[in-house]
Amino acid sequence: MKTWVYIDHFNGEVVPASWEALGVGKSFGPVSALVFGKGVDAVAQAAFEFGADEVIVADDAALADFRAEAFAATLTALAAASAPDLILLPTTTRTRELSAMSAIDLNTGVLVDVTVLEDNGGQILATRPVYEGKLLEKTVCAAKPQFVTLRARAFPKPAREAGRSGALSKAAAQTAALTSVEGYTASESSVNLADASVVIAGGRGVSNNPSLGLDEKATAEKGFQIVGELASVLGGAVGATRAVVDAGFIPYAHQVGQTGKVVSPDLYIGVGVSGAIQHIVGMRTAKLIVAVNKDAEAPIFKVARYGVVGDLFQVLPALTEAFKKKLGK
Amino acid sequence: MKIIVCIKQVPDSEAKVVAADGKASWGDAPLVINPFDEYAVEGALQQKEAQGGEVIALCLGPETAKEALKHALAMGSDSAILVSDPALGAVDSQGAAKLLAAAIPKIGGVEMVVFGRQTLDDGTGLTIAQTARVLGWPLLSFAGAIKVDGGKATVERVFEEGKQTISASLPAVVSVVQSIGEPRYPSFMGIRKASKAVIPQWSLADLGVTAPTPVVTRAALDNPPSRDVTCEIITGETPAQIAEALAEKILAEKVL
Ligand SMILES: Cc1cc2nc3c(=O)[nH]c(=O)nc-3n(C[C@H](O)[C@H](O)[C@H](O)COP(=O)(O)OP(=O)(O)OC[C@H]3O[C@@H](n4cnc5c(N)ncnc54)[C@H](O)[C@@H]3O)c2cc1C
Ligand SMILES: Nc1ncnc2c1ncn2[C@@H]1O[C@H](COP(=O)(O)O)[C@@H](O)[C@H]1O
Repeated sequence: MKTWVYIDHFNGEVVPASWEALGVGKSFGPVSALVFGKGVDAVAQAAFEFGADEVIVADDAALADFRAEAFAATLTALAAASAPDLILLPTTTRTRELSAMSAIDLNTGVLVDVTVLEDNGGQILATRPVYEGKLLEKTVCAAKPQFVTLRARAFPKPAREAGRSGALSKAAAQTAALTSVEGYTASESSVNLADASVVIAGGRGVSNNPSLGLDEKATAEKGFQIVGELASVLGGAVGATRAVVDAGFIPYAHQVGQTGKVVSPDLYIGVGVSGAIQHIVGMRTAKLIVAVNKDAEAPIFKVARYGVVGDLFQVLPALTEAFKKKLGK
Repeated sequence: MKIIVCIKQVPDSEAKVVAADGKASWGDAPLVINPFDEYAVEGALQQKEAQGGEVIALCLGPETAKEALKHALAMGSDSAILVSDPALGAVDSQGAAKLLAAAIPKIGGVEMVVFGRQTLDDGTGLTIAQTARVLGWPLLSFAGAIKVDGGKATVERVFEEGKQTISASLPAVVSVVQSIGEPRYPSFMGIRKASKAVIPQWSLADLGVTAPTPVVTRAALDNPPSRDVTCEIITGETPAQIAEALAEKILAEKVL
């Protein structure tokens, strides 16, 4: 099977799930990695080190910013010329658009946000969660190339072999785009939720501590500071419920759930989170779920493996201290 | 400005959905407008308020989906159109995009098509970019804010790594995210108007197209393996004791 893997990056910062996709690709045989952008030599080199046998680079000023039309046209032209059977991509906001458009150009389809992948003699059978993860669907794509986007953290990340190299080829960029990028502001904090192996999520409870004598917003600020300290000791990311996002206590990028992000970390700790179904659908595939809530009846305890019934403002700092000690930090 | 908002009907997210004989079933749980598409309607109505013009809700689906269109009308959309045809079986995202892209020029004079981010049932999030591609219109996706000025739309795109300001000439396809603002509640007048509305139904023949052949098909639909967890409540005399015990438990699970 002729397999390509698209390496998704933002300004040269590679989305880790790209390497997971590369690992999946390798299980089918030799893999060509695709790297599009401007000044992406380091990304290409990293692709070799994570296992690519060939790297095809489209390096062009017109590709400096991700613009779906130009990226899709570049991919379409390459695929039309070399007829790969399978194009794997990590699932991100960019790759959904890229694969969606290129699939239209090439009269084929995309199997999206896949968590299990089987090779049925060249035809991919892909499992993906549907109905908010309440069901699992197996899908197939009747045409080629089969585009498959893989959910972050559903597949193992291959080991990196420093200094590994391979065949590098340059491809022409298709530069016509219909949109222009006029400005960019980075997220105020790193919110790499989808790739995080640990997520500590704060809910409305982080704004509830009358003993501080502060207003709700200031209390929430303090609460999220405590959440952030635990997250940093565990090397995790901070998540949030919609209630605290809507209240303006934390940016939308942190929201976990139906209208936010779906996360599947090894460890999820929900603090002051009631466990509404719209939140649960965003985190229920976490390997280990832990909840801290004042209310013993909170629904989150129904999906949690370990729970503490108590005040997060007391439990969390103590937990941070305990981990600091045990992890030698 | 003439704005189309594309909406779909899905089972309520509170519904218990199970797979039976390869089909999804949600008992008598209600069908509702896809929650992301409520934000799309909100975004479209905001533009109408800013620019003047009209909002037309467009849905591809069975006749029952008229209820979702009525919700869009009750929120303040001016009219609604259902694309529906008995000849349509399973439609994949490519097919949906081609059908939507056939309906849009038939409506005529459209300057902006607003989408939600994704559908909650078996949605893929692909339909938006694919409709833009078929139309050949620019795609301004994940908009948390939209501004239109002199034939140009500028949006604040909210994505993993931060926010971008991106722009394109109209007509354009826009998808919105939650930051656009809470969807308004249907007004009393809106509900009355919607309940009386006669929603036109367009067939494939009306669009001048044949039923698209799906490229992506479902091979199986299963219930996920059940995850029976019993929650162990960690107790102790002091927060420090509780924390100590909990940290031990977590470390023993080898997830760190
Ligand atoms: C269409 C739709 C989409 C939605 N999408 C999402 C989504 O993507 N993500 C999401 O999260 N929600 C979503 N929601 C909202 C969801 O239904 C809930 O309203 C929300 O998740 C509740 O957030 P919460 O748990 O922070 O707040 P609450 O439900 O108010 O819970 C707060 C919890 O904190 C506990 N608590 C209070 N003080 C303390 C303290 N000091 N220490 C410990 N515990 C304390 C309380 O006992 C309570 O259980 C959506 C809703 C709808 C209708
Ligand atoms: N059948 C449909 N009718 C109208 N709009 C749709 C339909 N399906 C999807 N959409 C739109 O496309 C967006 C993405 O849907 P999807 O690609 O199915 O996840 C939705 O939020 C809707 O705005």
